[in-house]
Amino acid sequence: MSLFDQKLSTLQESLHKKEITVSDLVDESYKRIAQVEDKVQAFLTLDEERARQKAIELDQKLGTDDANGLLFGMPIGIKDNIVTRNLRTTAASKILENFDPIYDATVVQKLQAADSITIGKLNMDEFAMGSSTENSGFQKTKNPWNLETVPGGSSGGSAAAVAAGEVLFSLGSDTGGSIRQPASFCGVVGLKPTYGRVSRFGLIAFASSLDQIGPITRTVEDNAYLLQAISGLDAMDSTSANVDVPNFVQSLTGDVKGLKIAVPKEYLGEGVKEEVKQSVLDALKTLEKLGATWEEVSLPHSKYALATYYLLSSSEASANLARFDGVRYGYRSPNAENLMDLYKNTRAEGFGEEVKRRIMLGTFALSSGYYDAYYKKAQKVRTLIKQDFENIFAKYDVIVGPTTPTPAFKIGENTADPMTMYLNDILTIPVNLAGVPGISVPCGFSNGLPLGLQIIGKHFDESTVYRVAHAFEQATDFHKQKPQL
Amino acid sequence: MSRISTEEVKHVANLARLAVTEEEVEKFTQQLDKIISFAEQLNELDTENVEPTSHVLDMKNVMREDVPAKGLPREEVLKNAPEHENGQIKVPSIIE
Repeated sequence: MSLFDQKLSTLQESLHKKEITVSDLVDESYKRIAQVEDKVQAFLTLDEERARQKAIELDQKLGTDDANGLLFGMPIGIKDNIVTRNLRTTAASKILENFDPIYDATVVQKLQAADSITIGKLNMDEFAMGSSTENSGFQKTKNPWNLETVPGGSSGGSAAAVAAGEVLFSLGSDTGGSIRQPASFCGVVGLKPTYGRVSRFGLIAFASSLDQIGPITRTVEDNAYLLQAISGLDAMDSTSANVDVPNFVQSLTGDVKGLKIAVPKEYLGEGVKEEVKQSVLDALKTLEKLGATWEEVSLPHSKYALATYYLLSSSEASANLARFDGVRYGYRSPNAENLMDLYKNTRAEGFGEEVKRRIMLGTFALSSGYYDAYYKKAQKVRTLIKQDFENIFAKYDVIVGPTTPTPAFKIGENTADPMTMYLNDILTIPVNLAGVPGISVPCGFSNGLPLGLQIIGKHFDESTVYRVAHAFEQATDFHKQKPQL
Repeated sequence: MSRISTEEVKHVANLARLAVTEEEVEKFTQQLDKIISFAEQLNELDTENVEPTSHVLDMKNVMREDVPAKGLPREEVLKNAPEHENGQIKVPSIIE
């Protein structure tokens, strides 16, 4: 029995009744890490001394009016592409191996304001480019449900740490599925918020028009609490949206009567495994019993999403990653006589293979003579994909389908050909291109590996997404199962 | 027919400021060719009258108050610099 089998509200009640202390919660984290981390390898950096110190400070607040932070005392892990002041931040890249940020990301400031406790920084695919965390420059994180399989990616460390009970919850980032896909593979709840809901200030940029930070948790309710704490307009991110942040937890009414669900036929088509389809059809039955209705619809441009995504995200990445030049911070090649060699060798030695491949693709797509044919074309198709969603959301409340075409695959299985790896994200990528919110919640198992149900909502309507996810979760017990480690 | 030549790959690598070996040039040529040919399926779509989307939310020209604020302290800025001297970041010679 782990303290983290309980949800945030229960833990906070126990804190206020003085049945447990914040130090107990931090102990739980580091004890579990000591037990399982050599198998799971989710963390790149731990912050134990400061976490324990902070726990002592918070314990002194217990019983006073100051113990009212939304995330008071809750141990959290943070994906390593989110900068943390004076705590090493690498984006899992050799090029940032010793990078010691001089500021906190806005989400980190918000976590501190809510009195959560940072346990450490979590492994990922280098610069968030990948779907298995195998592209980390440092280590391969394992799926807690089966150590021979990947945890998904790019937020593989964030999902595995939550599934393994090393932290209560974590932050990930999602550019084409990087929160939802690992959440699905690891049997936890992961939400990509609406583009603009959460500030990206201090998120090491991959593809700026697609990136969003979001919560990974055991339960939908905890997910709603964590999103509440990190949402909102930020003067430091001009793409963060000036919209009200509703009370997400209040939306968890359990009531989905009359809810209209759209199920795109493209999401249950070719390439999607039979057991995955079956789990989604079973989930729809559950939602029907709760009073929702569903109909099959079409998102006709879905098949073009993958190509659109790789052109746009790689183009944006090639520009964003130009800053890593060995001059102001990060790795610098010792093998350089002049400045040009310094740039070229630093980048050649510091970046991993997948990152280089995407920089090459993006540079090509943006280069003179090819810009209109590839980059601009992809931006136009993005409009068509976005319109697909608008058309459906004119008539339906949410879109439901699988999060991934298959359960977690074996380590090494998809590394030979980049294109097979990319196919993992075909069901999550359109959501980023349209900028809408999407969640993955556990909806079954296949040979002991978790499956995820994806629920997609309208712009800034995370409340409905959460309401549906929560009603489904409460009607099933998939989220109560835990991996044996 | 190959969509990208080894010469183009070398040109792109130079634009991207990436040193590449002959072996990498070969590999990238094959892999990029495959990815680009996959991407060409977008040409099936008529996008003549479609506006490009660079940003999904309907917002533009986001302004903030123009208030002066202090810059970063020099020690902080230099903390992560691989090489610095007399309070300045040092690089190899730029002009031969």
